[in-house]
Formats: sequence, C-alpha cells, structure tokens
Amino acid sequence: MKIVFDNVGKQFRGVTALDGVDLSVRDGEFLVIVGPSGCGKSTLLDLLGGLAEPTSGRILVDGKEVTGPGLDRGVVFQQYALLPWRTAQGNVEFGLEAKHVPRRERAARAREYLDLVGLAGFHDRYPHELSGGMKQRVAIARSLAFDPDVLLMDEPFAALDAQTRDGLQDELLRIWEKTGKTVVFITHGIEEAVYLGQRVAVMTSRPGRIKQVVDVPILSQSEDVRSDPQFAHYRHEIWTLLRDEVNRARSEELEANRV
Amino acid sequence: MSSPAVPVTAPVAITIRSSGRRYARFFGNVATRSVAIVALALIWEIVPRLGLVDATFLPPLSEVLVAWWDLARSGELWEHTQASLTRSLVGFALAIVVSIPLGLLIGWYKPVANLLTPLLEVFRNTAALAILPVFVLILGLGETSKIAIILYACAWPILLNTVSGVRTVDPLLIKSARSLGLGPVSLFQKVVLPAAVPTIFTGIRLAGAYSILILIAAEMVGAKAGLGYLINYAQYNFAVPDMYAGIITISGIGLIVNQLLILTERRFSTWRTN
Repeated sequence: MKIVFDNVGKQFRGVTALDGVDLSVRDGEFLVIVGPSGCGKSTLLDLLGGLAEPTSGRILVDGKEVTGPGLDRGVVFQQYALLPWRTAQGNVEFGLEAKHVPRRERAARAREYLDLVGLAGFHDRYPHELSGGMKQRVAIARSLAFDPDVLLMDEPFAALDAQTRDGLQDELLRIWEKTGKTVVFITHGIEEAVYLGQRVAVMTSRPGRIKQVVDVPILSQSEDVRSDPQFAHYRHEIWTLLRDEVNRARSEELEANRV
Repeated sequence: MSSPAVPVTAPVAITIRSSGRRYARFFGNVATRSVAIVALALIWEIVPRLGLVDATFLPPLSEVLVAWWDLARSGELWEHTQASLTRSLVGFALAIVVSIPLGLLIGWYKPVANLLTPLLEVFRNTAALAILPVFVLILGLGETSKIAIILYACAWPILLNTVSGVRTVDPLLIKSARSLGLGPVSLFQKVVLPAAVPTIFTGIRLAGAYSILILIAAEMVGAKAGLGYLINYAQYNFAVPDMYAGIITISGIGLIVNQLLILTERRFSTWRTN
C-alpha cells in the first residue's frame, strides 16, 4: 500500500471535520474522492500533504507516518497557486529549487515538463498572460517536475470551463499512464470521478467519513465514453450514494442558518 | 496581369494612412493634455496685464520667466536647488533604509506587530509639520533637523505599505510553497518579499512626493539656502518675480521626481498588470 489513512480524525475549534477515516491507496493507483461540499475532502488532502496535523489517527506514506510537507508528494490546487512574478518556466523551476536541483539541470527539466503538459513554446509567459487551463497545466508541470511519487489534486479543474476541463482530464490520464504516479484526486463532480478514477471513494457529509469505495473498471475505449451504458451505471451508483449525503448536508445547513 | 498590383499597393496605402492617423492621434493627445496648462499660462500672462489683479503681487508669467532665467544664469538657482535636493535625497534614502526592514519585521512577526501597531497609529496620525518645531528644538536649525523631518515624513508611507505588502500576500501562495517543504527563510525570500515589492514601491513613490513637499516647509524655517528659503526670502524682500520663479522650479522638480519614480515602479512590477 502506498498511502494508508488509519482511523484519521480532525477537529477545528470543536467542530469535527473528519471522523474515523480509513482508506488505502495502492501504488500507481488513480483514486478519486467525491463528497458533498464541506465534507472535509480538502482537509483530508491537507493532512496527506502534511499541511495540517490530524487530531487522531495517522497517515502513512510508504509505511512512514506523515509529519509535514515533503517532496514525495506534490499538491495541485484549484486556484493554481502560481507565482505571478515568475514565468511558466520560473514557476516550474520553483519546485526544483525547493528540491535543490542544480541550476543548469533545472532549466532543462522545467522545459521538459512544460513540453509534457503541452505548453511547449509558452515557457516565457507570465501567469497573467495564460488562460485558466494553461495555468493549471503549469501547476501540474510544477508538481510533476520535482518527481514526487504521489500527486495530490484538490478540485484542480473546478474553476475551468467544461471544454477545457474535458481536455485536461484526458491529458491528465495520459500523463498518469506515462509517469505511473499515484494520484489522489478530489472533486465534487460525479462524471469527473467516474471518468478519471480506478476507484472512487464517496464521503459522507460532516463529519466526513468514507461511505463506500466503488471500483470502476476500465470502460470501453469508445470515442465517447461518457455516453457508454456502463459509464451511466457507475455515474448512477455514485450519484445514489451521494444524494443522501448532499440532502443531509443541505438540511443541516438550513438548520444551522435558522438558529 | 494588372490585378496583382492592387493588393500590393493597397496595404502600403493603408499603412501610410494608419500611421498618419496614429501621428494625428498622438498630436491630438498631446494637444488635449496641454490645453489646460496653456490656458493657465495665458491667464497668468493676460490677467495682470489687463490690470484685473495687481501686477505687483502677480506679475505676468513672462516677467517671472525672465526672473527665473536671471536666477538660473547667475548660478543662484542651481545653488538653492542643489541644497534642497541634497536634503530631500538624504532624508528619502534614510527613510527607505530604515522603513523597509522595519516594515518587513512588523509585517511578518505577529508579536512585533501587536507591540508596535498602537504606537504607529499615534505617530501616523500626527502631521509631520506639527512635529517640525520639536525637531528644530532638539536638533537645532542646521541640516540635521531638516533631514530628520524629511526622514520622518517619508518613513510612514514606506513603512505602512511594506507592512501591508507583507500582510496581504496571497495565503494560497504561502500554502503552496509550504507544500513544497520550503523553510521560513526561503519562504520569505522567494514568496513573501517578491509578492510585497509592488506595494512597497507604491509607498516609496508616495514618500518621494512627500520628500519634496515637506522639504519646502522645513526650509522656510531658519535656512540659509534651498528653494524654500529662496521663496520665503524673495517674499520678505518683495522680489515677487523671484518668488514665483522658485515656486515654478519646485513644481518642476516635483513632477520630474514623481515621473522617475513611476517609471521605476513600473519596471519592478511588470507582472502586476491586472
């Protein structure tokens, strides 16, 4: 097992965000976590990234407990988190500087990974000169370039328009197949989860727990997988699992606002 | 065979016409922007000549310019300008040297901020010129008190902008840098500082303007050289055209300083376009 969540809980100022999360991720697996908004998906990823500490339980990566951030895990955020004063190239090099890669090697590696994400020829552009999809490509290149084993993605395509998102999903699958990374991908999109994941973990509403993990076998390689009956079957299964949680989260929210 | 000639000549004609139009627009712009200034100059020239105001107190612009030229030729104007600019520059430079590190410290360390913020609020809301007599009392009438008051006035905008520049760094950038395992020193050096540069520069530009504004007031109190002294002295001696010549010089210097700082600011924050 590459990653193990062992009875992980997290509390913020008396509010229980996560409670007794047990989840394992295999080496090289593409695991998607879906859940209603506010269920603690992002908290789970922060814990795995070492950006926060669990209140109870522990998280293991390669059998070692996570105690802080590390370059064995790369995080991709929804809002790109690019340094606006650096070019695409400079942003990719930023991660390599953190890893103390020699200067000369940095430039070559940054260029290689920008090529990999389809940004050849855009290395000297500043973030404000790039579209949302291109910015996210740069962010992905940055996280891949320092060669982490695990890629943690926190709703990376949620801010993009539908067409750009579809394109990037395919691109991500291609990159995953090519690099063999373990990917933990968070989303609230059911279609996105079924399309990308080998397994989809459905979370409950707050406090967040793993409700069920659904295996999604490789679907037929047809041009339009999303209209495949099997795809519809899995979409429906996850939708059913999520529906109760979404309803519960909504009624709790209404209740909280009434008080 | 004559048809190819048309597409060849047409673009040329268009470029000529469009570049002609561009020149026209450029001169149009310049014209629009100068109208108000030219109008002011004309009013200044005509109103005293028509006797609408007393020419003793407001001499026509042409007389002021003649006085300016005489001052410039005699070297007197340069002497005063030099004295003024030296004070401004020294005070301004010291303010940069003191305020930026202090601002970074206050912005980055919460306890330092909590300790110093109330004090800063008190001083920030006390006009620099209100404290000028204190400076004169303690530091005397010499250069020290003048440079000190400029330093004091310039320090605030730089300090406050540096603090807010550090405070307002996008938390996501910090989070992302932390996820890369960056330590506090590299985090500050590679993320916080560059992110704060444009805001710090806004403070520096404001301080540049203050350094000229405060200088003149400081020089009106017991100085023996400088443009503020020139203006004050000319007024006492009823050399009214000289007084106006001094004022014009001051506005000119203020404009140039501001323009230089805007150019520098742009160079340092090219990435902040939207």
